[in-house]
Amino acid sequence: MSSGLVDRHISFLEALRAAGMSVSLAEDIDAVAALGVLAWDRRETVRAAYAATLVKKQSHRPTFDALFDVYFPRMVGDGVGGADRRPEPDNARALADFRDELADVLAEGDQQAMLDLAAEMVGRFGAMPGRGPGLSSWSAYTALQRVAPGELVDRIVRALLVEGRVEDDARREAGRRVGGFTAMVEADARRRIAEEKGPEHVADVALRPSIDRLDFTAARKADLEQMHREVYPLARRLATRLTQEHHAKRRGPLDFRRTVRASISTGGVPLVTHHRPKRPHRTELVVLCDVSGSVANFAQFTLLLVYALRDQFGSVRAFTFIDHVHEVTSHLRPGADPGDVLADLAASTSHAALWGRTNYGRALVKFEESYADALGPKSSLLILGDARSNYSDLHLDVLKRLAGSARHAWWLNPEHRRHWDTGDSAASRYAEVVPMVECRNLTQLGEFVHDIL
Amino acid sequence: MPQPSSWFSSPDDAASRLAASGYLADAATATTAYLAGALEKPLLVEGPAGVGKTELAKAVARVTGAELVRLQCYEGLDEARALYEWNYKKQLLRIQASGDQSWEETHEDIFTDEFLLTRPLLTAIRRDEPTVLLVDEVDKTDVEVEGLLLEVLSDFQVTIPELGTVAAVRRPFVVLTSNATRELSEAVKRRCLYLHLDYPDAQREREIVTSQVPDLDERVGTMLVEVVHRLRELDLKKSPSIAESVDWARTLVALEIRDLDPKAVNDTLGVVLKHASDHEKALKGLKFAG
Repeated sequence: MSSGLVDRHISFLEALRAAGMSVSLAEDIDAVAALGVLAWDRRETVRAAYAATLVKKQSHRPTFDALFDVYFPRMVGDGVGGADRRPEPDNARALADFRDELADVLAEGDQQAMLDLAAEMVGRFGAMPGRGPGLSSWSAYTALQRVAPGELVDRIVRALLVEGRVEDDARREAGRRVGGFTAMVEADARRRIAEEKGPEHVADVALRPSIDRLDFTAARKADLEQMHREVYPLARRLATRLTQEHHAKRRGPLDFRRTVRASISTGGVPLVTHHRPKRPHRTELVVLCDVSGSVANFAQFTLLLVYALRDQFGSVRAFTFIDHVHEVTSHLRPGADPGDVLADLAASTSHAALWGRTNYGRALVKFEESYADALGPKSSLLILGDARSNYSDLHLDVLKRLAGSARHAWWLNPEHRRHWDTGDSAASRYAEVVPMVECRNLTQLGEFVHDIL
Repeated sequence: MPQPSSWFSSPDDAASRLAASGYLADAATATTAYLAGALEKPLLVEGPAGVGKTELAKAVARVTGAELVRLQCYEGLDEARALYEWNYKKQLLRIQASGDQSWEETHEDIFTDEFLLTRPLLTAIRRDEPTVLLVDEVDKTDVEVEGLLLEVLSDFQVTIPELGTVAAVRRPFVVLTSNATRELSEAVKRRCLYLHLDYPDAQREREIVTSQVPDLDERVGTMLVEVVHRLRELDLKKSPSIAESVDWARTLVALEIRDLDPKAVNDTLGVVLKHASDHEKALKGLKFAG
């Protein structure tokens, strides 16, 4: 008779694979071996064992944790204490009482108490009774709307100030606790749904892709902040990788004199050859980016990444456009804080628009008129945008001339390839002139930048 | 049924013994360290600079009484530096000294242990005492070296064409560290257990700082950890590491600073922040009240 443990293990692994993590059979066996030498009396130990054997990339960790919570839940239903508790009335008074209790717990910051309250909150205020058995469900959204922990921030701040914290610090801490609690409520709703409908159901719908695979166009505000934080490490990784690869290819022609000199110490046998260093060539990059609303995020990230990598280029000139071209190179000054750079770029967006409707054709013509000298035989042209030009004249001939005068030209499109040529997108017509690359997330962006350098 | 391993008997045992030697490990670190010993698999530790990745290997060596064999990786590292090398100078001498000996005899003679220079990987495998092998900063090497590591990490054996295959008498406890500047190959990762070390929470960092710098005033220690944590939130070019907060604590003790007021912070911030722009940003971001 099977206990179902192996089935649960297998389906957990299946879910991890479905979420985009590559879990090999060897790692599967490692995980079972690891569980074999451990005691199972603590859930966190089991989690650590699974994490050590299956998750080999930190960016996968949030996905792993969410799935682990679904497949190996913290408790069943309302837990041991909750099962024999009398059903509490659900009215305005009860809600107010609950909020008071929540504010106290959040002010204390006790993790365990927060977890318990999150479970209680979903159980009491997030239930969505169904018409029959198996149709009822749980909603973190409903529970959060009703209890509104976000409105408790001021109370928590006051409590923290009494403890002797500084205003800014207290506000940040309060925000973090409320954010953490919201995540707990969402996790608890997932746990309850998984319990009723099976974990596979939740694994499919309730998880978001990890931050480096998240589409620029689908990012929420919190995601964007996290992405900003990722840009610098990404640039650093790219720069290190590039230096390493350049070094590996550094061996130039044989340096005869040094080789012979070195051979004297080994009795005239040239055991080690010495080579002349190769002179690296540096690309002069010209970036032309669409900063209209639909693709503004993407343009920002790309500019920021280019800015962070500017040592790798001979020179960088950047232009933004909506229907008019504006040079923003001066904002990318060395040593500046990336946050300030971004703010400056956002502020200068208004210079790139006359009427505010994206017009690629007009922007290209203006660019050729005013800045044609930016492109030369040593420079590479990089155009960023979704090629949605509001059905205006595309001026393909201008683009052809621009691409012809540069050494290389690329077009980065933040849209999924299947959306190209839908509606007013002129992607494939521009792609005939300039090679167009799909670039939807940080991973693709990093790969592309690496390839052109 | 859990079997006691020769390294640690349980995660709790790992945690308490590491703590006794001055390395305060959290539950995940202790569990993973125990697993690395129990499953005899290499442990890949990733994380930002200065969170105690190398220190973990040293601590394991310390508490288990094993010897630490260290391979520091750098770009351009090759087989000759990592695995073994024939001592060709000595071989040349031997050939010149052989006089009228036949080539066969000489050949037999010059490819023996006497002319073999063992490098860290081979040394670790050939030792029959408990050994901790630390492969530091794997991400700095070229991809070819990873291929070299594969044979060593999966089978704990090294093939020397002239001598045959040398298999480990006793499997070493292998720790690989990486700053994640480059993605390691899937093949290496698959053979390792993975542990991501991050900056610790305030309480653990306070414990670490106090255990490293016992002379530090408790109140100053609390303030110091708080400031360091706020600095890490500031999105700096280089966030302060644990090693740097310990250095900062030492500085404060050496300068006999009893109170971490804005002036004291301004004077000593150079210990934790190493970029001019970070410095400015930090002073702007750390608005002190009172």
